[in-house]
Amino acid sequence: MSFIWLWTDFLLWVLFALSVVAVVKIRGNELLLQKWQKVFAQPLALSAFIVFAFYILIGLSDSIHFRLDNSATTYSMLDRVLLPALEAEEKTYSTPLNFEQFSKEYLDNGLRGRVHLNLVSDEITNAGENTENLMSISANALFYAFVIFVGFILFLKKITSIHTQSNRAALATIFTLVFFCVWVVLMMPNYHILGTDKAGIDVFYKAVKSIRTGMIFGLLTTLLALPPAIILGLMAGYFKGKTDDVIQYIYTTINAIPGILLIAALVLILQVYMDEHASDYASALERSDLKLLLLCVILALTSWTGLCRLIRAETLKLSELEFVQAAKVFGVSNLKILFNHLLPNVMHLVLISIVLDFSGLVLIEAVLSYVGVGVDATTMSWGNMINAARLELSTDPVVWWPLASSFIFMFVLVLSANLFADRVRQVFDPKGDEDA
Amino acid sequence: MWTYIFRRVLYSIPILLGVNLITFLLFFMVSTPDDMARIQLGAKHVTEADIHTWKEEKGYNKPLFLNIDRSGSAILTDTIFYQKSMPLFQLDFGHSDSGRNINKDINERMWPSLALAIPSFIIALMTNIVFAMWMVMLLGTKLERMSLIFTVALMSISGLFYIIIAQKVVAGLWHWFPVSGYQGGFEAWRFVLLPVLIGVVAGLGSGVRWYRSIFLEEINKPYVNTARSKGLSEQQVLFKHVLKNAMIPILTGVVVVIPSLFMGSLIMESFFSIPGLGSYTIDAINSQDFAIVRAMVFLGSILYIVGLLLTDISYTWADPRVKFK
Repeated sequence: MSFIWLWTDFLLWVLFALSVVAVVKIRGNELLLQKWQKVFAQPLALSAFIVFAFYILIGLSDSIHFRLDNSATTYSMLDRVLLPALEAEEKTYSTPLNFEQFSKEYLDNGLRGRVHLNLVSDEITNAGENTENLMSISANALFYAFVIFVGFILFLKKITSIHTQSNRAALATIFTLVFFCVWVVLMMPNYHILGTDKAGIDVFYKAVKSIRTGMIFGLLTTLLALPPAIILGLMAGYFKGKTDDVIQYIYTTINAIPGILLIAALVLILQVYMDEHASDYASALERSDLKLLLLCVILALTSWTGLCRLIRAETLKLSELEFVQAAKVFGVSNLKILFNHLLPNVMHLVLISIVLDFSGLVLIEAVLSYVGVGVDATTMSWGNMINAARLELSTDPVVWWPLASSFIFMFVLVLSANLFADRVRQVFDPKGDEDA
Repeated sequence: MWTYIFRRVLYSIPILLGVNLITFLLFFMVSTPDDMARIQLGAKHVTEADIHTWKEEKGYNKPLFLNIDRSGSAILTDTIFYQKSMPLFQLDFGHSDSGRNINKDINERMWPSLALAIPSFIIALMTNIVFAMWMVMLLGTKLERMSLIFTVALMSISGLFYIIIAQKVVAGLWHWFPVSGYQGGFEAWRFVLLPVLIGVVAGLGSGVRWYRSIFLEEINKPYVNTARSKGLSEQQVLFKHVLKNAMIPILTGVVVVIPSLFMGSLIMESFFSIPGLGSYTIDAINSQDFAIVRAMVFLGSILYIVGLLLTDISYTWADPRVKFK
């Protein structure tokens, strides 16, 4: 078995390492710790964070790629977990949790009927038996989930003192997630949970694989946008004068160009470039991965200006305050003032913008795919799913499940990110509404 | 005032030059005229001669920045950069790569875009403010908390879903509106109504939250207490006093987008086949017509700068204390 590191894999893990460092630092800082405790004191925010973390876990497990010794296919950890869904090949559409295909065709015996799905056991021949089977699997899942959950609570009680009363919402969320996982694990070898698409590929598999694409859009773009936004913002606010003029000019100019058009133009050029150099990439996977990364770079190029402007304004105010003036008088170097005195004081802006931008970036992926400047057609993403589903809606009878699946997966991620972001803003923004 | 405006117009020249330079670098340096010729001529088997003729026809057969074969000012002017970007400043967008007159297209397609964008803008503005006011009135109640979460939920749905679902259900199944298409003149409202409604609903979540946060900043100021203690009703306090005082932040966010309404909406227009500038741009992107995309980028930048200028001017109207030097 050999590991394969794609660029985005590498960067996602760097990001993960950075956030671990951040957590360690927060634990050492009394003031920050208190603020974060305040964030998680709201049940809704805590639940949202747990769901969000669950998504991140899936995204990370999809970011370890390897190749087995005797095969040419590259798998991720997640692929191995979802293997039954990945390998069960059907011929065409089937509705969620069904035992036969969606459309009728001529069978071997000359009659018109629906073909039995390969994945589903042959013993199930009618809808009644199917429902019965589904119920029994679900009941099993509920039982196992309950056992696991009770075990988890007992384990948690042993290591920490949790007050089950105040953590009711969090525990309910965890139980739901545990049940969901167990249910999926039990269901997957026997059914296509969200049906199959036109080419007979499992829709659940596609929707879950899209999580990684969404995460990369939401997280990597911000990661890439932070350095220019922070450095230029601090410099403009601190040095003022000519430096400020130049930096202001740069971001006003970039802002003046309509965002989506600038992105579209950059992506068009990227496409032309990549088509010309198609032979430079080792595999289709690497090619589509590089395109994903460059898309993030492009989005970052157009999105750093907002944060830069905020940091500049804040630094302008801060650099007039006594502690900065004192540092100057004591002869502290500019670099040290910028990074030791000013940077920590604008970090709340950085944090708020990371969490607030995340959901917008996940959503914009779908729009870009629609405009035709999104991720590679071979990359699984919600945008590509929605795009394909648009045509399916006009068929009769309506093929609704691919659209519904991408909707649910996207909605849950964005909603949890938004709810969490809202709370973070409330706590960390000095102007935030202090009603909670 | 006029000198201020004049100076602001002067300031915007370097920005436009910057925009022009960026778009030029993007479209001509990174992807050379040869690449463009290959895209436009389509097939893989394009001869050098074909490319040469195409470049000759479209005027791309010159050096990029400096033409050392010429003398005098022609060194600078007889180049692609000068020939292709100077006319932009006179709003002369020239011809698209497929040979269409871009100015004429813009003149024609502007109207459907405006027919969609202006009602969307006004109705969205009013609905957002009214709902935000309503939420401020309910401040601290359970209903307010519920509606706050509801707005977050609205925000969390991709705009594409609103469009796809509404188009399918309201127009496709119930036949309340035409599914797509457009007709000029008075009949336009039938085609525009559904996209407008979708636009308003899709923007409701973030819009309401934005106005709410503006009003909340005002609500604790002393003048609000004074107004209340005079015995004014809550509606009067909010819609007369708070709204007026919140005008500056509202204008900051609102006025800047007004000129950009011309550009139309990329997504909405292409979903509903409305022949506006948005669908024009998206078609250009799909057919990789760089001349049109470049023209739209430049037009959008000009409109944005005009928007910034209008924002500043609108401050004087909203707050007499604001004076320009």
